[in-house]
Amino acid sequence: MADPMKIRANLVGDATEVKVLMSHEMETGQRKDSQGKTIPAWFIQNVKVTHNDKVVLAAQWGPAVAKNPFVSFKFKGGAKGDRIRITWTDNHDDTRTDEVTIA
Amino acid sequence: MNAERREALRAGGALTLLTLVTAAGWLRPGEAAAADVWNKAAFETHSLEETMKALGGGTPAASKDIVFFSTPDIAENGAVVPIGITSNVPKTESIAILIEKNPNMLAAVFDVPPGTEPTLSTRIKMQQTSNVYALVKADGKYHVASKEIKVTLGGCGG
Repeated sequence: MADPMKIRANLVGDATEVKVLMSHEMETGQRKDSQGKTIPAWFIQNVKVTHNDKVVLAAQWGPAVAKNPFVSFKFKGGAKGDRIRITWTDNHDDTRTDEVTIA
Repeated sequence: MNAERREALRAGGALTLLTLVTAAGWLRPGEAAAADVWNKAAFETHSLEETMKALGGGTPAASKDIVFFSTPDIAENGAVVPIGITSNVPKTESIAILIEKNPNMLAAVFDVPPGTEPTLSTRIKMQQTSNVYALVKADGKYHVASKEIKVTLGGCGG
């Protein structure tokens, strides 16, 4: 199981600002190890952010997203105490879900 | 009664059950949102034209309503390049990041549902100095803006 995500969700004016830092190698499949063997690709493919079960951001990623991916965005309609849930799934079908409440 | 035959039947039965369970798990009823699909073809493209074809769009129109923010002109480390994109195109549905000279051009696609501001920032990897495209889908049409980011791997910043 991968390490937990670091998520912040703060009310800024009438919008909720979500910042998330995920813990993932994001191996591209382009690099070679010391024996010259290609290191297989291993990266997050899908990300979904929900606010009280409504999707507020959905993403498809390739291996060009940097290691330990960071995303920040804003949406309207959030209130203090609402639940933000973030799920990612990688190309090994490994998945992780974390949640926070809006502060 | 032939013991081997019984064994084979039992194994066959178990296999069918497994297939059913796998199929049910794969379908995941109610979870068929956009986030659960991964457009493999689009992530294996090498040019803007190919990417547009894989995404099912025509030639994107150059737009001044797409703005890069907190994005460097020169990135000292190609492994972590911050990219911020704001789309002022009305009815923005999705924002994609494309890097021209990466092995595969498409880096990420973000679906922006109504209520979410068409502004986001993330970090990407760049193999070398390249044009970076912000591709915006709005009201079914594609718009694009680009910015060159110089990558100075080697650490001397020069």
